[in-house]
Order: sequence, then C-alpha cells, then structure tokens
Amino acid sequence: MQIDVQTVNIEQKNQTFTHLKNRFGDKKIPSRYQEASYDLQAVENLHYRPTWAPEQELYDPNLSKIRMNDWYDLKDPRQFYYSTYTLNRAKQQETMESNFKTVESLSLIEGMPDPVLKVAQDLLIPLRHVNYAANMNNTLVCGYGYGTVFTQPCVYHAMDNLGIAQYLSRLGLMIGDVESLEAAKQDWMDSDAWQPLRRSLEDLMCVRDPVEVFIKQNFVLDGLLYPLVYQRLVDQNLVEQGGSGISILTQFMTNWYLESKRWVDSVIKTMASESAENKAVLEEWIDSAANHFTSVLLPVAGLAVAGNQADELVSEAHDELLQRAKKAGLFK
Amino acid sequence: MSKVFIILQANEETRSIVEAIEQDNPDAEVVHEPAMVKVQAEGHLVVRRETIEEEIGREFDMQELNINLITLSGNVDEDEDALTLTWNS
Amino acid sequence: MDIKKTPKKLNVKEKYRLMTRDLAWEPSYRDEKEIYPYVDYEGIKVHDWSKWEDPFRLTMDAYWKYQAEKERKYYAIIDAHAQNNGHLNVTDARYLTAIKLFLQGISPGEYAAHRGFARVGREFAGVGPQVACQMQSIDEIRHAQTQVHAMSNYNKFYNGFKDFANQRDRIWYTSVPRSFFDDAMSAGPFEFLIAIGFSFEYVLTNLLFVPFMSGAAYNGDMATCTFGFSAQSDEARHMTLGLECIKFMLEQDPDNIPIVQKWIDKWFWRGCRLLTLVAAMMDYMLPKRVMSWREAWNIYGVENGNALFRDLARYGIKPPMHWDDVEKSIDHTSHQIMLGLYQWKFGTAFHSWTPTASDIEWLKEKYPTTFEKYYLPRWEYAIAQKEAGGEYNNFGLPKLCQTCQLPCLFTEPDDPTQLAHRETEYEGEKYHFCSDGCQHVFEQEPEKYVQAWLPMPALMQEPLKGDLAAWMEWVSLEPTAAGEYANSEDKANFEKWRKQVSTD
Repeated sequence: MQIDVQTVNIEQKNQTFTHLKNRFGDKKIPSRYQEASYDLQAVENLHYRPTWAPEQELYDPNLSKIRMNDWYDLKDPRQFYYSTYTLNRAKQQETMESNFKTVESLSLIEGMPDPVLKVAQDLLIPLRHVNYAANMNNTLVCGYGYGTVFTQPCVYHAMDNLGIAQYLSRLGLMIGDVESLEAAKQDWMDSDAWQPLRRSLEDLMCVRDPVEVFIKQNFVLDGLLYPLVYQRLVDQNLVEQGGSGISILTQFMTNWYLESKRWVDSVIKTMASESAENKAVLEEWIDSAANHFTSVLLPVAGLAVAGNQADELVSEAHDELLQRAKKAGLFK
Repeated sequence: MSKVFIILQANEETRSIVEAIEQDNPDAEVVHEPAMVKVQAEGHLVVRRETIEEEIGREFDMQELNINLITLSGNVDEDEDALTLTWNS
Repeated sequence: MDIKKTPKKLNVKEKYRLMTRDLAWEPSYRDEKEIYPYVDYEGIKVHDWSKWEDPFRLTMDAYWKYQAEKERKYYAIIDAHAQNNGHLNVTDARYLTAIKLFLQGISPGEYAAHRGFARVGREFAGVGPQVACQMQSIDEIRHAQTQVHAMSNYNKFYNGFKDFANQRDRIWYTSVPRSFFDDAMSAGPFEFLIAIGFSFEYVLTNLLFVPFMSGAAYNGDMATCTFGFSAQSDEARHMTLGLECIKFMLEQDPDNIPIVQKWIDKWFWRGCRLLTLVAAMMDYMLPKRVMSWREAWNIYGVENGNALFRDLARYGIKPPMHWDDVEKSIDHTSHQIMLGLYQWKFGTAFHSWTPTASDIEWLKEKYPTTFEKYYLPRWEYAIAQKEAGGEYNNFGLPKLCQTCQLPCLFTEPDDPTQLAHRETEYEGEKYHFCSDGCQHVFEQEPEKYVQAWLPMPALMQEPLKGDLAAWMEWVSLEPTAAGEYANSEDKANFEKWRKQVSTD
C-alpha cells in the first residue's frame, strides 16, 4: 500500500546563500556543515587594530609561517559543526558514564593488582595536566587561527581535552581519592620522569604561531602520546596484567584519538600540498618536534615498562608518526 | 528592594519545577507569558532539588535546569541541592 | 599501593575545583608573563585568580549531555518548520525585515563573540575564567550556526538573506554592530569581558533577545522563536559569567574600580546606540507587536538595571554615565531610526514601509508625549508623497557618527527639534558624532576610533568614487531586495503562496 503524503510544493527562489553558491555552485543544496562553516568570519574592512598587538589585524592570516591561498580549503573531514559534535560526544559520554558505573559496581578497581594501579596512578593521572595544556593550546588556535573551517574544530578539540582531563581526574578519585590527584600533581611538578615534558609544554604555551601550535600539539605530541600510552601501555600492557577496568575508563581517549587523526592528517595534507614553502615549514616543525617529544616521552614510558622496552615502544610510536606524516605528503 | 526572577520555557517538565518553586517561596509571583513562565520575588528566590523531585516524580539533577532556562536576574548560587537568586541591596 | 584513601564525599564546589582549577600548575620553566602576555597592560590588578566563582559548574560530560538534548529538540523543530512551509505562518511578509536585519547584523556578532571568547579563554591567567570563557566561545558558535540554519529556510523563498556574508563586511548599517564587536575584540581581555560579558550579555541582553524572540513568537516565526529559547538557556550561563567577571574585578583590587567604571560607561553607551536598531524593529517592523521599546526599556533597562546597580553600589560603582541621555532618547530613537531607514530604503537589503492607520494608533498610544508631536507629521508627509505618485527617498548620503557609525539623525536630549551634532578635532582632522555619549567615547581613545572604516566615506573613495550603481553591486544589493515593501517580490510571493496552501 502506498501512502502519498501531500505537502504543498512551493518553488524556491534561492538554492543557497551566495557565498556557498560561489564556492560550490547551486546544483546541490549545501549541507548544514557547509552553511555552518564557510565564510562566517569577517574578511575585510575591519575597524580597529588590536590594542594588545597593534601590528596585527583582528583576523590575521600572517600570524603563521604557513600560508594558504584559501584557508577554507582546510575542511574537517568529520564535518563537525556544533550540533553533530555535541550529539556525537553525548553518545560517547553516555557510554563512559555507563563504564564508570560498571567499574564501580563491580569493584573492578579494588580487585586490581597493585602494580597495575601503580602504573595507572603514575602514568595516567598526571596526564590530566598535559590535557590541560592541550586545552590551552587549542584555544589559542581557535582564537588566532584564520578561517572558520580551520578554527572551529579547534574549540571542539580544546573542550575535548578538558573532558579527557576530567575523565582522568575521575579515574584518579576512583583509584585513590583526593590524594591520588595530589600525588599526581606532585609528580608532575617534581618527579624526574615528567620534567622534560612539562618544560616542553611550558615552551609550547609560549608559541604564538597558531599553526605551529596546532602541528606540535595535535599532530606531534598527541600523535606520539596516544598510540604510546593508550593504545600500547594501557590497552595492551595493562590489560594483559589484569587492568581491563582501566582500559574501559580510558576508552573515550582511545576512540577520540582515532577520530581526530582523520582531521589532523587532512589539515596537514592540504597545507603541505598548497606550496613547497608550506611543506618545508611543516617538515621542519615536525622533524624537530618529533625528535624532541620522543625523547621527553621516554621517561614517561619508563613509568610503565622497563628501560629497553620503553625505548622500543617510544621508537615504534615515533616511526608510526613519521609514517603518518609521509602519508600526508611530507618527507617525500 | 529589588526583584529577582527566573524565567523558564513553558512545557511539561517545567510545570513541576514551577510548582516546586511556588511551594518553597510562598511570596513569589508567577507570571505566564506566551511560551514562557516567570517566577519573581523580592530580593530572594530558592529552587530546591528535593521539592522538584517530589513534584516531578523522579530523580532530578539541578543542572537539568540548563535545558529549559531562559533567563534569570540576581546573584546566582548553585549546588547539588538548590539554586538561589539574591540581590544584596 | 601506598596512596592513602580517605573515603570523603566531595561537595560540588570542591569536586568542580578538582575538575578545573586543579588542572593548572605554576609554571617554573617559563615566566607566567610569557604564557599570558596580555593580562597586565590594561592596568587591572588580580591578586588571586582562584577567587573566580563559577555558579553553574558544568563539567564537559554534563555540557555534552544537556547541550545535545537542546540540539535534538531544536533541529527537530527546524526540520518540521522547513518541511511544512513554516515560513508561511508568519503574520505577513513585513515580519521578514526583522529577521533579515538579524541575520545581516546580529549573527556575525555571534561569530565574532565566539572568536573573542576563545581569545580571552586563552589569555586569562586563571582556570576559572579560562573554562567559563571557553564554554561561552563554544556556545557562541552554536548560536551563529543555529541562526544561519534557521534562516536558511527563509533564504530559499525570500530576498535579503542570500548575501549576508558579503553585506556583513560592506554594507553601511551592518557597520554598526560590526564596529561594536570589533571594538570589543580589539580591546584587552578584561575590557572585552566587561564589554561583551557584562554590558552586552548581562545588562542589555534582555533588550535584544526578548524583543526578537517574543517578536518571532507573536508573528508566527517558529524557527527564530525556537532558536531564541534554545539559545537563551546558554545565555543564562553567559549572564552569570558577566556578573561574575565584574564582581571579580571589583573585589580583586580597589584600583580596578575606576577602570571598570570607565568601561561600564563606554559599553553601556555603545550598547544602547546599537540597540536603537532593535528599538526600530520592535516599534515598526513587527506586524504584531510584543510591547513598545519604551515598555521593554522600563522593564529590562530601568527595573533590571536599577536592581543591578543598587547591588554594585557597594563596590563604589555608579550607574553608567549618560544613563539620563539614554532615558531621554527612549521615546524618540525608534522613530528617528525608522524614518531614516525608510528614506534610505533603496540602500538596505530589507524592505521598509510607512505605518498603517492601526500602526499609527498603536504608536500614538505607546508614545503619547512624542509620536504625534514630532514623528507623525513626518510619516504623514512621506505617505502623502507616495499617494501623490512620488517616493520618499533621500539620495543624499547620511553623515555617520565616527563612533557608533549610525547616521547622525538623533536629536538633543533636551530638545527634540534640534538635530544633535558634535565635533572634535584630532591631529588635523575633524570627526563628527551623533551625541555627547559618542563624542566622549571617541575622546577617551581617539587613536582607536580614527581607524574606523566608515561605509559612507568609503563609497566616495576609490574604487567606487560615488557611483551608486557600482556600490550596489559591490555590496550585493539587488533592487528586488531593497525599497518599498508594498511593491516587493517578497510581499507578492508570500501572498501568492499563502493562497496556495489555504482554502479561503
């Protein structure tokens, strides 16, 4: 049986907004992502120069060594706009809530071997401060980057990092209450293992080129940290030792990294293919930062595994990162 | 004295919230406007979780207010159990 | 395991501190001044960032959960609106002028606020304001996007929506809100918070939102009305940020008080000038009116404002300078602006019209001391021109105020028969203002305001050189989007389509 629902058909005047028609033609109706992301930023006839940096413009593409003819080429392949972003995260949040409840009701933390809990405490909880730095760095990119399409995902990424920091904090409270967080902070501030990374992040928080910050934080550091810590040390090593409960509570981080990779890699690929100059700048940043962050992550890995294994895992992560860079068109 | 107020969207959920506020603030005035409901009082207004839960028939998280809140007036103090609005003058 | 476990039940405040403030640390390898380079130059002194209170204490998981629920509800309604030709439910097509003005003028401001809050969310040296500002940043892009999505459906059928991006940067009246937001963004982080967080999002917000959103509800615009309600719940959080930021600054050091007072004075004035466009919208553009601008001002300006400033008096803050001038202008500005927009209707990407007989009765009733005396005669003159087969168009270009960038069409606060005009000379150039308020703002920071890009002088310069036709092309203004409502495509189409879907 066929049901014909009659709605009155009124002929449209305009398929879309002119700025979208100029970009994409008017054969297809633009997506909500396109409507939400293209050309929303003011372009010309800006009124006043920033009093905080009078040599700059209010929206200034020259803040970066990277140059794009059209910053709107940097489309997010995930096509996140506010609505799809929050709906996505809300689903993940529900899963995590359920995970926390499960771990708690089954007393999985209490049942865990001490060495596993020690690794969780020593390795994972201090990372909440690393995520805080990532939140600050992504906020900078959103504020000072150029073009909605490039800057929009950065505020989502910043809030994601805050969310991860909060999940790690909750994990800490489960493992050892307030004392866990206090101890982790103490380690972050004083222990030998964390100082090189902390210093690096303080250095990175002094960089004002938004694309440089984007690359070094989101591609290099996270590109080493997540495969090393979450994929290998937690999801493989800790699970083998009886720490599935921990892995469940860091599920968000693992999935988030895989999702974000698509975006970060796409941005790099587009920037690299734009010009030989961009490619050279990206290669220089990535090469030096990859070497540097690899070395500062070595003692961090050492909190979970013995010296030579740490070396191995960290090297693996470094090689994986360079493979990613090659796939994005660099170092070739 | 200055009036504090809270304005909520008018729907099924907020009906219970408004009833709870009226119970806890006998001097408050409820004003119905198209699609909105305003509850105002002199200097002080408290929204209590427990009272809402009695009215609504389920557990209620104070942060749920975020969904239907339109605007408010006064200094805000919120914890798990109550949201309070005050003007100190 | 040698971590001591004390089974403590954490209260909400303490838990939130651990979820936010405790994430930061005192840098030891780099100087704080390198990490936060913009936090000192405005002269605001902060001794203890931890004193910042966040009443709503949303952690990200709660944020995602509740915002997603709002998004689901919102898009369900927008989709239904689009599917059912919801645009035909508006009272009549005159209403569209209000939302065209909204998309062209206000939505870009939401986006600017998103970027501005991201910047201050990075530049403040305390986690409390960092998190609060970042949340506002992500909220504001929500608002920009949900507005564009709501208007998208109207764009399919009516003129004046499709070129909003180009018109944002080039047409003359959008320069009013744009210069407002540019001014805030080019200010330092503390001033930005007082400008947008406090003055705009707290003191004046209800004067923007209630008229537009109630106006939408009254006139059958479910899309905009739904947007309004959905956004308002975010606004409650923004309002508390605004109030918190001012209390924080005032409580940190008494030296901050005169600086904050100056900013309150400036931004209250700039905000009120910006809102004159809303005044005109409320009194003239809504076929079914919610309340008059005067009524809205009495409730949301005077009553609310008084309550607020009574509360702030304990810090030594006074009500804004020029408050009296604003009060005196309330019964005048909507008429002055609308008469202006009507005479320049050939240059606006929305339609204008003369008030009908019943409009006039309403205006007489709501403005008993001013409308009949000062403004009805001018409307009657315009109407007479039309009836005699002519038009009421002023092809002279309006002189714009250097500060607010509105045409200088306001009158002296104490004499409504005198156009107000002020002048200041600065470094050999003469600058023009519509009022004492705007002149004062200029004179506090002349080196800033002389930079302004004024649309009318720009029209006379290269490359347009006064060519009106070239200007219209440059601002993407098609004649079908401008001019008299009565002759418009929008009116004709709306009425034709309404007939199509109704049985009478």
